[in-house]
Amino acid sequence: MLNESLFFSAVLFTIGVVGVLTRRNAIIIFMCVELMLNAVNLAFVAFAQVHGVAGQVFVFFVMTVAAAEAAVGLAIIIALFRHKQTVNLQQINLLKG
Amino acid sequence: MPQGDFPLFYAFHFYLFGIVAIVSALLFVTRKSPVAAALWLVNTMFCLAALYILLDAQFIGAIQVLVYAGAIMVVFLFVIMLLNLGHPSELADARSLGWKLAAGFVGLALIAEVFALTRVRVPDSLTLPPGALAADIMQNGAIAPIARPLFTEYLLAFELTSILLLAAIVGAVVLGRRRADVE
Repeated sequence: MLNESLFFSAVLFTIGVVGVLTRRNAIIIFMCVELMLNAVNLAFVAFAQVHGVAGQVFVFFVMTVAAAEAAVGLAIIIALFRHKQTVNLQQINLLKG
Repeated sequence: MPQGDFPLFYAFHFYLFGIVAIVSALLFVTRKSPVAAALWLVNTMFCLAALYILLDAQFIGAIQVLVYAGAIMVVFLFVIMLLNLGHPSELADARSLGWKLAAGFVGLALIAEVFALTRVRVPDSLTLPPGALAADIMQNGAIAPIARPLFTEYLLAFELTSILLLAAIVGAVVLGRRRADVE
């Protein structure tokens, strides 16, 4: 089932990338990043079945990093919304100069 | 789950959950309402948990439901509802056609890359005998095979992870705090 898992993982990762590139809502883009992390986790788990359990340990670490990222990222989004009253990334251009 | 006992049953559920995960992900990126998108993403994550269990990662499957579908997505939904982003005026957020074409090309390139990678032959010395992980889980339970490397080989990474979580908590509180001099 390794090839099928890698296929599903590739398709999910691609959907995440396309979402990041085509959407402007900051929260949706953030959820697309989570989808990409999940796709990578699927590949890790599929490889763990064939090449040893270390892949599952890595999934554990990826999930921890994702949880930390969600906490900080959503705090940033709330701070941005308080500042600009929107989460549309086109209207958030503080660093454009 | 041992693959050899019911191969047809196993394959049917594997493809079923994989296809449902991909369809839910497609619906997730095309929904305009952030709440609907978040709920489709929860569905994708449940299907991925089922795939993990089919791939002999029962513990990771349980953690996926608890941490991802439970905790992380609840935080997302909480923020969407806190900021009141569900109303239609915020919804015209898709980028122009040029961006969509660029995204399509990037997606095709990524898929081609992964298909090329699946053609690579991994040396047999790195490969476990088939069913080795399932046998280990049958003998020692679902958690022990992960816990052993986690607390021996990867102990340093595990401790660093706790520091990372502490930094994330402090960062989230500092960023989310309302500053007294502004308001």
